[in-house]
Amino acid sequence: MLKFALAGNPNSGKTTLFNALTGSTAHVGNWPGVTVDKREGTYKKGAEPIGIVDLPGIYSLSPYTPEEVISRNFLLSDEINGIINIVDATNLERNLYLTTQLMELGVPMVIALNMTDVLDKQGDKIDVRALERRIGYPVVEISALKGTNVDDLMEKATEAIKTKRVGETVLKDSLLGSAIANAEIALKLKGVYAPLFHAVKLVEKDEIEVKSHPEEAKAVEAFIQANAGGREIDTEAEIADARYKYITSRFSTTLTRARKLDYNELSKSNKADKVLTHKWFGIPIFLIILFAVFHLTFSENVLYLGSIIPSFGEWCGQEGSVAKGIFFGDGLNSPGVILFNALDLLTSKIGEWMGMGLEGLGAHEAVVGLVCDGVWGGISSVLSFLPQILVLFLFFSILEDSGYMARVAFMLDRIFRRFGVSGRAFMPMIMGFGCSVPAMINTRTMADQKEREATVRVIPFFSCGAKMPILLAIAGGIVEKFGIGNADIITYSMYLLGMVVAMLSLLIMRNTTMRGEASPFIMELPIYHMPGFKNLMLHLWDKAKHFIQKAFTIILVSCVIVWFLSNFGWAWNYVGENMDQSILASIGKLIQPFFTPLGFGSQLSSTGWVFAVAALTGLIAKEDVIATFGTLAGCLMAGFEVSGALEEGVEEVIVMITSTGISIPALLAFIAFNMLTIPCFAAVATAKAEIGKGKFKWTLLFWIFTSYLVSTMVYTIGEFWWTSFIWASVAIITTIAIVLYNKKADKKGKV
Amino acid sequence: MRLLSKLEIGEKATITAVRGEGAVRRRLFDMGITPGAEVYLRKKAPLGDPIEIAIRGYELTLRKSEASQVEVQ
Repeated sequence: MLKFALAGNPNSGKTTLFNALTGSTAHVGNWPGVTVDKREGTYKKGAEPIGIVDLPGIYSLSPYTPEEVISRNFLLSDEINGIINIVDATNLERNLYLTTQLMELGVPMVIALNMTDVLDKQGDKIDVRALERRIGYPVVEISALKGTNVDDLMEKATEAIKTKRVGETVLKDSLLGSAIANAEIALKLKGVYAPLFHAVKLVEKDEIEVKSHPEEAKAVEAFIQANAGGREIDTEAEIADARYKYITSRFSTTLTRARKLDYNELSKSNKADKVLTHKWFGIPIFLIILFAVFHLTFSENVLYLGSIIPSFGEWCGQEGSVAKGIFFGDGLNSPGVILFNALDLLTSKIGEWMGMGLEGLGAHEAVVGLVCDGVWGGISSVLSFLPQILVLFLFFSILEDSGYMARVAFMLDRIFRRFGVSGRAFMPMIMGFGCSVPAMINTRTMADQKEREATVRVIPFFSCGAKMPILLAIAGGIVEKFGIGNADIITYSMYLLGMVVAMLSLLIMRNTTMRGEASPFIMELPIYHMPGFKNLMLHLWDKAKHFIQKAFTIILVSCVIVWFLSNFGWAWNYVGENMDQSILASIGKLIQPFFTPLGFGSQLSSTGWVFAVAALTGLIAKEDVIATFGTLAGCLMAGFEVSGALEEGVEEVIVMITSTGISIPALLAFIAFNMLTIPCFAAVATAKAEIGKGKFKWTLLFWIFTSYLVSTMVYTIGEFWWTSFIWASVAIITTIAIVLYNKKADKKGKV
Repeated sequence: MRLLSKLEIGEKATITAVRGEGAVRRRLFDMGITPGAEVYLRKKAPLGDPIEIAIRGYELTLRKSEASQVEVQ
């Protein structure tokens, strides 16, 4: 099968084109660095199927970050028949800079000129035929977003590979032209693949290149010295300069602008930025947006209408009616909560019907238990939270698609630098609210290895979608059971706790074990655009599919196992309601003392081990924590009545609280522990792959230590307020010790 | 000779040289910061650093520390 690589600048539309060509639904966004790994698909509309490889965006073939290395290595391998170079027409010069380097590879290539429709709107025009003539490679105008001309592009591409190409360079007539030509001949004699490309790199004194061809490097150096007439030549600067000079004199001239470039004339993006990155309002606006996102996902009192308008509750229909239950809580429910309530109503009805159906058929007690409590009880308590996970995810997708995220990185860089990471780290962090796995992979856009590893470690602290049920169910349970506080505020504070712990951990790591300064911050700010509806829905659909698949596979299996272990004793005898004699109870009691400092250990009543067990199942998937409650609650519930109709998840938590006698601080510590400890299996595997084996065991220890420490702190301060003095003094002493130690180390370093 | 990091908001200048060495300098070149190119200081981040410049028809952000490697006129 023929194979083409998609190469181009970050955010030039490669993945959009990839999706259009292959019918895939790969993730796209509006910021540089969405794609960090190569991805393959097949174009099927031609005479024969053609392989398409989507690569991370690159600005040049001199890699700077780990994901750029992937692209360069792949382009230099002989796996591909040709390159489709996607060029953003609105940003011609910088995009063609890469093109001039791709031309040196000597691989057949087609140029896909993307976003000419945007150019048209501005009244600007590119003379495509003239550009094609001057570059010497076919140029096809496309719109990746609308799918215009993509079939034409593939036709040209298959045509192009019929003629063999040799590398060509725009540097021929530059100061270093003859040095490059000589180096190319030498490398060709050696049988090097893509000799011209390597020749240019050798002249540039690229480190990797000089190492692999030391003799030729020396000869090139001598040649340049001899021709320079005693003048010192900065070859790297010379080559970059020559490329851009060639582009501006030969290629850029094919572009006619409707108006002369005037910096004072603001584009739509600039106007939006006047407000969004305003000196005084920029950061407050960001904080308001962030709060609004969480508020619209979690609040049962949107805009605090219920509190502002005293009689609001009376307007909203009768207490106990279905409409009231779904749409109105303390005030008007947020979209997230409305959807949650609707789904919750459905899942609990399904549960009831299943139970009645099975009992009607005269099924054995254990079978009814397994199906209704074990399986459905577990899955439904998690599934009900899917709408809220999706709503949160939708908001972040909108922000990501619009181009705003890059601006936030720009605004926060200064603050992030204090914590030892660049503004770049913001993007993977915010992705972490969705799922840690892609977020960890995304850290590849960070240039510094230590900085990257530190970021990977704290990503799980940005509470992901799977942890959301833990937060919401327990927060709801606390409010219902103890009748105090506000579920929203508990949820927000726990999210905030995660973020604070993440930033403090970064600060500590970057000053101790992973010492270093934040890496340079050089980033393109993309033009804002309206998020595409189709793209958003694709994001959501992917997320929903993933979650549902997980619920009916991993979580289902976990529930069955938990149910079995909690309903049978060591002699494989059915213990039913005497859960205390089950296998799970004995395992739980064994690990329970470990959690005593955290408040959910041995101080609880005889059923207190359920918390220890739930935390343990969370290591498989975080949804399992609440699913386990769902499964176990069935057995515990028999003993007492839960009043009123409560949401799935919350109801189970109340059962847990009532039967174990756990306190509020211990419940909060339980949330904190699950949020900060070793993440799910998938995230652990990803971290291992991204960090590398050597440091991985330290990462596991870091997670265990942090979660244990912070949760103990939450519990002890909540339960015995005076312990806050002890914690504060420990923190102060640690800080002083680190500062003193670093000062000493710096002094040593200087001497 | 002035440095890019010292430009005022709304000021236009031409790049004359890029100092320093290694990967960061290389990156600056790749992003189009080469001698002869025209830059315009669009704005500073709310906390004064990093800065946003318009170069070669697009918007780029970099820190003052990196911008101080760039000489302008």
